[in-house]
Amino acid sequence: MSEPRDIHAYLAEFEDIPGTRVFTAARARQGYHLNQFAMSLIKPENREKWKADEAAYLAEWPLSDEQKQAMLARDYNRLLDLGGNIYFLAKVFSTDGQSFVQAVSTMTGVSVEEYQAMMNAGGRSPQGVRSKKDSN
Amino acid sequence: MARITAGVGCSHVPLLGVAHDQGKDRDAYFAPIFEGFDWTREWEKQEKPDVVILVYNDHASAFDMKIIPTFAIGCGESYKPADEGWGPRPVPDVPGHPDLAWHVAQSLILDEFDMTIINEMEVDHGLTVPLTMMFGDVAEWPVKVIPLAVNVVTYPPPSGNRCWALGEAIARAVASFPEDLNVQVWGTGGMSHQLQGPRAGLINKEWDNDFLDGLVGDTDRLRRVPHIEYLRETGSEGIEMVMWLIMRGALGKRTTAIHRHYHVPCSNTAIGHIVLRPDNGESLDTRGGSAASDAPLTA
Repeated sequence: MSEPRDIHAYLAEFEDIPGTRVFTAARARQGYHLNQFAMSLIKPENREKWKADEAAYLAEWPLSDEQKQAMLARDYNRLLDLGGNIYFLAKVFSTDGQSFVQAVSTMTGVSVEEYQAMMNAGGRSPQGVRSKKDSN
Repeated sequence: MARITAGVGCSHVPLLGVAHDQGKDRDAYFAPIFEGFDWTREWEKQEKPDVVILVYNDHASAFDMKIIPTFAIGCGESYKPADEGWGPRPVPDVPGHPDLAWHVAQSLILDEFDMTIINEMEVDHGLTVPLTMMFGDVAEWPVKVIPLAVNVVTYPPPSGNRCWALGEAIARAVASFPEDLNVQVWGTGGMSHQLQGPRAGLINKEWDNDFLDGLVGDTDRLRRVPHIEYLRETGSEGIEMVMWLIMRGALGKRTTAIHRHYHVPCSNTAIGHIVLRPDNGESLDTRGGSAASDAPLTA
């Protein structure tokens, strides 16, 4: 057995990772329609409708006002907090013509150029970002 | 009798499909990545596997939030490349092997794995990028593919131990298929990456290389690595490495590495791949016996 039997202990640990939103069942439940909206953009005709009038297309989905506003603002950290999943949100930034690097860098507080330079230098070190409680 | 002759572990970064499709795979940025697969492409030409059981994860392409199977096996005749938001990749349809796939599905279910059976779906970069890395630019894929999809998106994903055990059950299933087939098992995805949140861009070369070490020889320590360790050490999407353990479990007690490659960065991730032979020292010699099996280990 490689996982704890206590699901509450299992889930609690995910909240201890700095700067990370694990896609738990609670987030999956919260973000169901948000992710299904994003998923709809795999169809070219839906991408065209979305691009023609984002607010009108969003209005067809039962999202919260917060989710709609965060989506229109492309506030990806906020969208993760509201139940978004990065693989689903990828349909949105792909439709925007953005790469993973471009979209993901917007969540980190640095510019795209700085983020790319960090990746080219070997990426973000795990030192200091493993655990909130242990500050390492 | 069908036999498993090799296992491949490999990242499946979507950017590599884009780079290949646009002819950029020997650019300064991509050359160190694609060169790591040159050996493997030559080796695959010699190996000529009949079937690859390709363990991968769907990235919100075939499956949305309506249905989330933990383990699903493709039993269809063929699979079209999915449109992931920028149009389908210009690669051939992926031919299935329904007879072996149905056989494996039945065997796994009797072996107490609750498989979801899929007869129609599209396959995304998780499956087509590894095919491109191993076989290059082809008019038709030179192998039949059994897609085996694992949920590593919505938590909890299956444990490493369960993945390893599924691999062991796949080996039993393949060994009981009467047709003489050369079968490889690939575990794809993973190595350090985090695609989300302020910690995005996490790369842990030391941990990744220790993981690669753990696939070789007769240790089974990796099956006991908990989810939280993958997440803390390799980033939220590093959890995809549990899929490599299905491949490893299918190879039996002991393995020998015949090729290994690791590079950072590839988009937001580390890219790693490893080619393993089953080397069980048991009654059945399942090695393929080609010249490539004597090739030196490439660091």
